[in-house]
Amino acid sequence: MRAVDFRSPTIGSDSPEHAARLERLWESSRGLKGFLGTVDHKQIGIRYIITAFIFLALGGIEALLMRLQLAGPNLSLLTPEQYNELFSTHGMTMIFLYASPILSGFSNYLWPLLLGSRDMAFPRLNALSYWIYLASGIFLYVGFLTGNGPNDGWFNYVPYAARDYNPGLNEDFYSLGMVFLGISTTIGAANFIVTALRTRAPGMSLNRLPILIWGTLTASAANLVVVPAVSLAFFMLWLDRQFGTHFFDPAGGGQPLLWQHLFWIFGHPWVYAIVLPAMGMVSQGLPVFCRRPLVGYAIVALSTVATMVLGFGVWVHHMFATGLPGLGLSFFSGASIAIVFPSAVAVFAWLATIWLGRPVITTAFLYFSSMILMFVVGGVSGFMTASVPVDWQLTDTYFVVAHIHYVLIGINVFPVLGAVYYWFPKMTGRMMDERLGRWNFWITFIGFNLAFLPMHVTGLLGMPRRVYTYPDGMGWDSLNLITTIGSFVLAAGILLFLFNVLKSLRSGAIADANPWDAPTLEWSVPSPPPPYNFAVIPTVASRYPLWEGRLGGRGSATSLDRGMLLESGKETVATSSMDATPDMIVEMPEDTTAPFALSIGTAVLFVGLLLKTWTVAVIGLLLLSAATLVWLWPRRELREREARP
Amino acid sequence: MSGVPLSYLHAAGQRADTILPLTWFTLIVSILVCIIIAALLWSGVRRARTGGGAAETRAVTVEPGADGGRWISLGLLISAVPLLATLIWTMVAIAATSGPPAHPGLTLDVTGHQWWWEVRYGATEPDQSFETANEIHIPVGVPVLIRLHGGDVIHSFWVPALTGKTDTIPGQTNFSWIEARQPGRYRGQCTEYCGSQHAHMGLEVVAQPPADFERWRAAQLLPARAPRTSAEQRGLAVVEYRCGLCHEVRGTQAGALAAPDLTHLMSRRTLAAGLLPNTPGNLVGWIENAQDIKPGALMPNQALTGEQLTDVQAYLESLQ
Repeated sequence: MRAVDFRSPTIGSDSPEHAARLERLWESSRGLKGFLGTVDHKQIGIRYIITAFIFLALGGIEALLMRLQLAGPNLSLLTPEQYNELFSTHGMTMIFLYASPILSGFSNYLWPLLLGSRDMAFPRLNALSYWIYLASGIFLYVGFLTGNGPNDGWFNYVPYAARDYNPGLNEDFYSLGMVFLGISTTIGAANFIVTALRTRAPGMSLNRLPILIWGTLTASAANLVVVPAVSLAFFMLWLDRQFGTHFFDPAGGGQPLLWQHLFWIFGHPWVYAIVLPAMGMVSQGLPVFCRRPLVGYAIVALSTVATMVLGFGVWVHHMFATGLPGLGLSFFSGASIAIVFPSAVAVFAWLATIWLGRPVITTAFLYFSSMILMFVVGGVSGFMTASVPVDWQLTDTYFVVAHIHYVLIGINVFPVLGAVYYWFPKMTGRMMDERLGRWNFWITFIGFNLAFLPMHVTGLLGMPRRVYTYPDGMGWDSLNLITTIGSFVLAAGILLFLFNVLKSLRSGAIADANPWDAPTLEWSVPSPPPPYNFAVIPTVASRYPLWEGRLGGRGSATSLDRGMLLESGKETVATSSMDATPDMIVEMPEDTTAPFALSIGTAVLFVGLLLKTWTVAVIGLLLLSAATLVWLWPRRELREREARP
Repeated sequence: MSGVPLSYLHAAGQRADTILPLTWFTLIVSILVCIIIAALLWSGVRRARTGGGAAETRAVTVEPGADGGRWISLGLLISAVPLLATLIWTMVAIAATSGPPAHPGLTLDVTGHQWWWEVRYGATEPDQSFETANEIHIPVGVPVLIRLHGGDVIHSFWVPALTGKTDTIPGQTNFSWIEARQPGRYRGQCTEYCGSQHAHMGLEVVAQPPADFERWRAAQLLPARAPRTSAEQRGLAVVEYRCGLCHEVRGTQAGALAAPDLTHLMSRRTLAAGLLPNTPGNLVGWIENAQDIKPGALMPNQALTGEQLTDVQAYLESLQ
């Protein structure tokens, strides 16, 4: 290795010339090439968020159609097939195409800003993970719109998903689409882990990591472990369907229960993967409006990790009724009860933060604080299903439908809406309208609870899940009508939210760098941030850099104005994973359309596999390989150089 | 709650009896927790003296505040009590409900099909066993073991007043058991999604005093009654060459096993797995228009002439 490979970064202060130089280096090109080629985490993050909201709207429309069908007994607005495709597609959309990608969107946008870095660790992978998400989402929806949507629920149990019982393309679209989407999740997760562990600002040791990061970091680690299980399961299902293998076919020595194990060993950790980052949003945002740091940072961070670890040992609670031996069930029952503890830590920490702080009520605060209550409702109903004998009665009734919606809407959608109110000024440079915000909050809150609180009772009165209609005289009629009304109120609230976003985008008050007087690094840069994020790399000395001097202690030690300039190329600094001492200058890639081309190639490959048209598959494979080759072609300017202080 | 057929807040048999108090306990604990947290949250939020937007937020100065960690510890400590109680009670309840009875008074085989329940009363002597569908008769006060089989896809056997759910899975045999305290009809339902007519896969458990049960069993053992009128005779002919492709009527040429046994059709209270009351009108409607009544069911619409239909009806109504 030649001496030129080693270089110490220049330390200096920001200046107009420096900023102009960085702007030239980091700005994405305009036009279509820039649109398809950008690797800027902020643009990618916003694309993720918008795409996920579109899927939320689609899933919402599907839900409203189902609620119309269930508004009264014996209605026939939808045929059984239509209803079954709707509920399956609704689940797939909300769980896979909304709940996880929306959080990836926020994390993409926020992480480098929170961490004091100029981009994610692997910007091109970041672009790839978005394009693959979009392509697989379109792939799955092409299935749905051509009448080939999934029709066996998002959980897709065999043998009903097998070809004997499901001869159409529905399950092929779903199987291949899920393998396809899994690529995006996996590379996204790897990127988050490396970003959090290697590209933090100097001085941001692990114990100074913004609490938001812990959620997505933990979830990403889990995803790396569990997504292969579900991708494999779907791939095996596709082989069973198309090539006559017998992984799940009892007639050929296969095991229907194998599917359930593979699915839920993924599925349950996945539930935590789509709530932990959202809990992180609350832990991050709520204290700002309580005007104090989060109570119990360390124990909240640890309990996030603990939840995930325990989360690997509870998947069988989805399978209590499958005839597994009682002794085995009792372990999973115990683990499912124990997991209440780490979850309760967060609840008590948030409550204590409100009680020991001086809360200011804003729309974001309302979303974050109301989430605490819905978290508890979703939590206790989960605790009830953890008890095996009780679950034998509760499972597969509307009680569980109520539970999952308190978890997914209460713990995911509400924090996400709060997060939009909170970070909108950073992303757009404009404040959201608070007056509309209050209306928006109360309508969503009342609509949601009106729809889903009575649903617990519907469940206790025995209404089974996934039925396209129900008879009268079962005691379910008026409860279902209330739920239908509530769901439309909730939808109205979401519409008002979208209206507020559009209105504020056009005419919201101009936001300065730190409108909420919040403590973390993203609020130290202009709103919206420049393409390079930080003109000089900050050096961090505490957990709340922008509140230093106000929390007691040594006063202000974080350096925001003076630090590494890193202006001789698209550069950022890599730091050690525990203490964040700088150890490498990382050259960041220029914009490139290779990730886009790679995702197109992958999409063509999957279409070829779906239709079993091998020439199409081979064309896809060639396209994919060509894009990979261009991507990986060695370039001198991308060498990594060590930083020596 | 007994007026609500599928409610599980009402128990009428040994296994459900064991579960119900635990359900109530966890439900009440859950409601109390929600109320307490809601009160804490509400009173905490009410302390907010200011409300508004960014300017109001910034106007309140940031302070380190009290540490607060002990509130988390206290919360966890208090939570531990109901959690531990639930854990112990759960383990006790699992032990009491998870093993099948050692000496069942009666053993049945129930197979889940798209979208009906096959019920087989087996016996060591072939002439002592028979089959029926969607209606399970049991003697009161006797533990009944139910072996569950998967006929096609996964279904789940559930009679909330008597027992929780157990799946019927192809390739394996699961066990459930029921013991009714009092005579009565207890509604059940398939609760594992199984395709287009999952919504209409009901069943009924009829608990009878032992003497009545024995009478019922003896009646079920008999082959179909021979036709007595010429209409019944003609109806039988149609049943044999049309219905007999899927259904069995014991003692006749109709001997297929793909669909519910019709030997004593009129002894059952419902048609189409709990969907319709078994009345003459519904029976005719079902034969003619099964696909309109239960779209996707494996029973096709029968294009019978009016005359044939009358004959078939006459014959089927004789199958007491």
